[in-house]
Order: sequence, then structure tokens, then C-alpha cells
Amino acid sequence: MLKANDFEGRDVISIKDFTREEIDFILKTASRMAPLVEKGSDLLRGKILATLFFEPSTRTRLSFEASMHRLGGSVIGFSQPGVSSVAKGESLADTVRVVENYADVIVIRHPLEGAARLAAEFAQVPVINAGSGSEEHPTQALLDLHTILEAKGRIDGLKIALLGDLRYGRTVHSLAYALSNYDVELFLVSPPQLRMKREVLKDIKGKIQVVEMDDLTPLLQDLDVLYVTRIQKERFPDPLEYEKVKGSYRIDKKLLESGREDLIVMHPLPRITEIAPDVDETPQAWYFKEVRHGLYVRMALLALILGAIK
Amino acid sequence: MTERTLLIRKIENGTVIDHITAGYALDVLRILGIRGREGNVISIAMNVPSRKLGRKDIVKIEDRELRPEEVDRIALIAPQATINIIRDFAVAEKKRVTLPEVIVGIVKCANPTCISNSNEPVTPQLNVVQRSPLLLRCHYCGTIMEKEDVLKQF
Ligand SMILES: [Zn+2]
Repeated sequence: MLKANDFEGRDVISIKDFTREEIDFILKTASRMAPLVEKGSDLLRGKILATLFFEPSTRTRLSFEASMHRLGGSVIGFSQPGVSSVAKGESLADTVRVVENYADVIVIRHPLEGAARLAAEFAQVPVINAGSGSEEHPTQALLDLHTILEAKGRIDGLKIALLGDLRYGRTVHSLAYALSNYDVELFLVSPPQLRMKREVLKDIKGKIQVVEMDDLTPLLQDLDVLYVTRIQKERFPDPLEYEKVKGSYRIDKKLLESGREDLIVMHPLPRITEIAPDVDETPQAWYFKEVRHGLYVRMALLALILGAIK
Repeated sequence: MTERTLLIRKIENGTVIDHITAGYALDVLRILGIRGREGNVISIAMNVPSRKLGRKDIVKIEDRELRPEEVDRIALIAPQATINIIRDFAVAEKKRVTLPEVIVGIVKCANPTCISNSNEPVTPQLNVVQRSPLLLRCHYCGTIMEKEDVLKQF
């Protein structure tokens, strides 16, 4: 049986480093955190979180900082590497070995793949990956799972589609890995040039049923979860190609009419044009509710890793 | 045996690399950084019938003994290769190539935006997922590499 203190001191680098049992344990702990958001808590009083954001991300950073504050801990860090020693060419290994003296846990966002793994190898304190290049974003995957659980009451048995940029989108990589622990049918819907990375496919095929496709429409009426991601213009060498693709991956209220009533639409945010504003008022819109789950999951991770839950 | 000696002559000093995966002799030379302009006599036999492998390649490099790290490199593309160091027409040393579980420092990660290809104090580290056909995976970023990705670096 898994115990809370099995998580003490652990890094969170890739969702692949966690078993289904461990993921379920984190999700359960996250549910226990929900009431603490209102009540407040001093579970992590005296503990310090360092946020090292080598790439701008207001959302994820605020979520981690709020989680730490809600549990009574405090936060130090930077979000503009341009003004720190990093701009002078300091290596990540050095930065981490300095910062670990000030903090009990480090959260890192970095533009290069593998950065969080490297940071964890140099740091004595636990490291949480808040996004490493186009590789992974494990805490996002956990909050996605927690959201699905709340909406559906289960993850097993669901039909789930990931839509958009599956090649470079780190959130869909981590989510696909996470979902491969459950008994789900996974549909990967993307333009051909943005298909799921072969590394991810190799790992999840064989564990779950995976179908790759170009078009969402034939799928929509059976779907339980639609996870939408942004398709970035920069990914297309030819702007015309982008314009062609863009429209077919846009979700609006009218399109959702052909889907089930209990379909949930998710998105890691920020959303640009891929979900029309008229979806916001529908009961299918779950993307803003997800933000709340990010708080629960990150509170749970921080509390577990810092050994505050026995 | 007589057939083989007809194909390539015996050498006095140097290295014989035998049991190379058929068709990969030139890649073995490439991975060793041997371009043919070094002046050594080099003999190559390709697709030679072999009892053990069906077909195989053989490379003989005269007046040069391979160093251990060079032997390791060969394992990446010819995991069955055997290496004989020849001195005075006789086999002085026999070496087997062995592909370790983790390749450290010989090959770089093929992903240009991998942290191990940046200015960090780390040695590239690739885990061997599969020996034949070769499949490596970067310890840091998880990028998958095949034989061709490895050969591009030499
Ligand atoms: Zn790599």
C-alpha cells in the first residue's frame, strides 16, 4: 500500500515516472486540498518554494505560488531570466546549486527539453517540472485528470480526443502518458504535420487503444472528453497552409450541438481563437474550471513532496 | 578459411574487424573517423558468406591498433563484431565489442533543443532501448535515435 510519505523528497519530472497507483494517490490528495483553498492552512508554514521561470508563463507560475501561499508557505524566484545571472550565461546546473540553498523545493519552467531532469540531478532539494520545452508538463496532466474525475466521476472507460498541435504541445504529451495508465480510448486529432510525437506514440501504443485522425466531426457524437490545444502559426513554414488548417480545428457552439450533452471541453489555456467565446456559456465548457483543479493538484504535490502529509 | 585469405591478405600488424553486420563496413570506418587519407593500408570485404551471420563484412586496418573507446563505438552499428589486434602476423589480442546499457559521451542527443546540447556541465547520455535494430533514447529529453541518427555524427 502506498503511503503519503512515499512521496517525500520526490522529483516530479515526467508523468512517466509515476505509476497509476501513485497518480491516483495524488488525485485523491488533491481532492482533500479543495476545502483548504477557502479555509487556508499552515501545512507548509516555514517552507520556501523557489520558482525558476526561464520562459514566461504567468498562469503556471501564479498557480504554483498561490498553492504555496494557501498552504502557509512562502515563495521566492524569478520569471524574467533576462534580469538575472542567467542572462550573463550562467548554466542551469549552477543556478540550481545556488537556489537550493534558499528553498525547500524548486519549480522550473525552461525552454529546452530535458531541462527539469538535469536540474533535478544537480539539486539536493526536490524539483518539479513546470514545462520543459516541447517535452512535458506533468502537473498540467495531473490537473487535467483531476478535472475529468470531477466532471465524469471516473477516467476508465472514457472516449477522449486530444485536438490540435500534438507534435509540439507539451501538455498533450504528458496527458497522453497519464491517460495511458487508464482504460481509455484515445483519439489523436491533428493536421498531418502536427501528429503526436513518435516518442509518445511508442510509449502509449500497446497500453491503450490509440487512433490518429485528421477530422474531429465523425468522432464528436460519441466523445466524453474533448481536449483542445492551440495550433501555432510559427509551426507552419507556409502561412497559407496554416490558414487552411486553422479553421478546421476551431470549436464553436454550433459544432458542439452534434456532440453529447455531457461532453466536456478542456483546454490548457491560454486560448486564442481555437475555442469560440460562445462556447464559454455552454455546460460543456470546462476550461476555466480546470484552473481551480490546478491549485488542488499543486497544493497536493507540494504537501506530499515536502512531507507535510503523514 | 582459404577462401577468406584469398579475399583479403593476412596483415603483419594492425586490427582486423570481423563479423561486421553485412553492408556496414564503410560505416564502421566512418564511425572510427577513418577516411582513407591516413595512409594505412585498409582492406574491406563486404557481404562475405559467414556460417554465423549468413553474410558479414570484414575490415583490416594495417599498422593501427584500435583503442577501447573506438571498439565501443563499433558496437553501436555492428553489435556482433569481433576485433583482433594483430602483431607480427599473429593474433595478439581478441576483443568483443559490447554495447553497454547506457552510452555515455560517444554520441550526442539528436534533438538540437535538448538541454544536453546546451552549455551545461553534463555528458550526453543515451539509454539503449533496443540493440538490433539500434534504438537509443536520450536520458534527458527522451528523444529516440536510430542507427542513421548516430552515423550522421561521424
Ligand atoms: Zn536529449
